[in-house]
Amino acid sequence: MTDASENTGPMLAADGTPLKQSLARSLRRQKLRALMLVAPLLLFVMFSFIVPIASMLFRSVENSIVQETLPLTVEALQNWDESSGELPDEAVYDAFVRDMVVAVDNKTHTRLGSRLNYEETGMSSMFRRSGRKMGKLDPETDGPFKDQVIEIHDGWGEPKTWAVIKTHSPAVTNGYFLNAVDMRRTPEGAQAQPEDKQILIKLFGRTLFMSLVITASCILLAYPVSYLLATLPMRVSNLLMILVLLPFWTSLLVRTSAWKVMLQQQGVINETLVWLGLVADDARLVIINNQFGTIIAMTHILLPFMILPMYSVMQTIPESYTRAAKSMGATNWTTFWRIYFPQSIPGIGAGSILVFILAIGYYITPEIVGGTKGVFISNRIAYHISSSLNWGLAAALGTILLAVVLLLYWVYDKIVGIDNVKLG
Amino acid sequence: MTETKNDAAFVEFQRVQKSYDGENLVVKDLNLAMPKGEFLTMLGPSGSGKTTCLMMLAGFETATHGEILLDGRPINNIPPHKRGIGMVFQNYALFPHMTVAENLSFPLEVRKLGKSEREAKVQRALDMVQMGAFGGRRPAQLSGGQQQRIALARALVFEPELVLMDEPLGALDKQLREHMQFEITRLAHELGITTVYVTHDQTEALTMSDRVAVFDDGRIQQLAPPDQLYEEPENSFVAQFIGENNTLEGTVKSIDGDACLIALDDGSEIDAVPINVSQPGERTKVSIRPERVEFNKDRLHADAHTLKATVKEFIYMGDVFRFRMSVAGNDEFIVKTRNAPDAVRLKPGQEIEIGWLAKDCRALDA
Ligand SMILES: Nc1ncnc2c1ncn2[C@@H]1O[C@H](COP(=O)(O)OP(=O)(O)OP(=O)(O)O)[C@@H](O)[C@H]1O
Ligand SMILES: [Mg+2]
Repeated sequence: MTDASENTGPMLAADGTPLKQSLARSLRRQKLRALMLVAPLLLFVMFSFIVPIASMLFRSVENSIVQETLPLTVEALQNWDESSGELPDEAVYDAFVRDMVVAVDNKTHTRLGSRLNYEETGMSSMFRRSGRKMGKLDPETDGPFKDQVIEIHDGWGEPKTWAVIKTHSPAVTNGYFLNAVDMRRTPEGAQAQPEDKQILIKLFGRTLFMSLVITASCILLAYPVSYLLATLPMRVSNLLMILVLLPFWTSLLVRTSAWKVMLQQQGVINETLVWLGLVADDARLVIINNQFGTIIAMTHILLPFMILPMYSVMQTIPESYTRAAKSMGATNWTTFWRIYFPQSIPGIGAGSILVFILAIGYYITPEIVGGTKGVFISNRIAYHISSSLNWGLAAALGTILLAVVLLLYWVYDKIVGIDNVKLG
Repeated sequence: MTETKNDAAFVEFQRVQKSYDGENLVVKDLNLAMPKGEFLTMLGPSGSGKTTCLMMLAGFETATHGEILLDGRPINNIPPHKRGIGMVFQNYALFPHMTVAENLSFPLEVRKLGKSEREAKVQRALDMVQMGAFGGRRPAQLSGGQQQRIALARALVFEPELVLMDEPLGALDKQLREHMQFEITRLAHELGITTVYVTHDQTEALTMSDRVAVFDDGRIQQLAPPDQLYEEPENSFVAQFIGENNTLEGTVKSIDGDACLIALDDGSEIDAVPINVSQPGERTKVSIRPERVEFNKDRLHADAHTLKATVKEFIYMGDVFRFRMSVAGNDEFIVKTRNAPDAVRLKPGQEIEIGWLAKDCRALDA
């Protein structure tokens, strides 16, 4: 600020209002207009993206069902020491019967059973089977209950059962996350799952590994194609571009099924190889329903997402750079490696991020061609959502997947720099 | 375009033709011979084929027909990277992912020079363009003029014998431009480099070059040293294109050796030197430079033909006065006179007589 303006106070606009104020007023209208323009999308994103993600994050830790269904039992269990190895006392059984009578009335005891079944197999049937008989008890007159309850199902006579209920009674739990990384919540704290149940970490690892392989093979295949597209005359490259985009116009399911036809043991590739005599008839290649099949099919499906950003970056590299390099005496290879390639890296980066992130959450293709060995973590999530109905675990897995992607994005930004990523 | 066929020609175009699409010739019958160390400028309007010629010489386009010789050897079959030609591109083409020093070091690296030698040469080249302190910067952190100088240094750092420059000063402001013009000619002469320089700025061409090739329509219209080009244009395109020019149209009345009489369209007659006219009755465009027009009777020959002129406008330009006059039906006739102590300031509307020496008035093609 100069002295003059300090002396005369705030700057005034032509009509005498302070300049700042009238500027703010004129900007406010602009902002309002901008807001109205994006409002529909904002609302859409809000309801289709932010709310579902928030609810997913919430579901992965939410665990109020135990407290809500067995409020008295949970309270009574506070006084029981699960490490003592002894059964809880009559107070707990009494509270349990009172809770169950209400639960059976509301038919919520089976849901609790399924919930606890994730933690300890057998809990679901225990609740289902005991439900009818326990519902008939009268808490006021039929006591004491301890022996009666154990009579109904001897599972209630095991301290472990009560330990499971107590361990999973808090309304907010880390149990799902522990499950997601092949661990579980026990009275003694977090512990590893038994060997035979440890599959999720392996699945995460496989998903990451296969996504990397798919990304790498996309880079290898897409680079020469994009280079060709970017260097050919516009007329020709537009024509070839159609070929690149063609897969987008075919249904994903159709394409994936086509791979099934191609790759199966009686499929086109095997038949051809056998016919050529390259492969014996009784030793046909197994190239589907395993990781190999998934990698092939997904590389093909994700290839356009690599080609498009690469192409648009390469298109902006002026020919004069390569010409300059050659005029200075660089061979074709040196020109490519020292001049062209470094400038095309942003395209590789953008394509890789796109393909990798798409791959890591891919579902339909691994499902169809992946068999059991070629499935991804997303297939597991789908299983928990639609078959086992363990939504909490599905949400935890989804949250971890999201976190991994964000982490990789952050690492990528640190190493390559996200501003180096250009889509065109 | 008669060339002095020089056996020692360093760069030579022989009957070169070029077509991109197989339908139109962009370059039609180009013949050009440059001795070593010459600074030659290709000057011409946009689309006249200048860049195309440069690209053929550098090896990025192939001639459709004809031969290009470098130091007596045909180069049509030598790949670009073996030609050893330094190039400055119109858009500089500095590699954005390398620092300035790395840019300069690149041609030395591909020549497998040792590290210390490279560093010494890079520093020398940077100092040469007064950019010694900028080696660590990226091209994007330099101003247009600085980038220009780096591009120049990069084209010279590996000591090529031939340097091609394609409108290298196109993006610079006037002052920097003039400074760089001076720098480039100084360096070219100091280092004894043969230079082909492309521009469509005629002042640049005149001030920098040993010889200028005026391009139009895929042909060299005239190839001559600047003074000759300006004072003795060989056709009306060159006369119009180079410098300011007055044109009067008329018919040849008589020719007598190196003098002729032209009847202008309004009936008046003037003397001229016949350049592109050979017989009476031919149509012609007569060209006179504005500064060669005289309206002070005492300075003209007694028997010189004069024309009537009406002053339309007086423009004061500081060092010169510029008058726009109406002469023989041409309202855009320009006369320039130096702002000397005795200079006359004509007023608009004033009627005067103007004239010139017959040798300054050239009868060219119509
Ligand atoms: N790659 C190309 N393909 C087809 N035609 C081209 C190509 N390059 C140039 N031309 C055509 O050749 C002609 C001459 O082009 P050139 O670039 O040599 O002109 P120029 O004299 O350098 O013009 P400017 O002063 O505008 O740079 C133009 O008509 C142009 O359209
Ligand atoms: Mg050009």
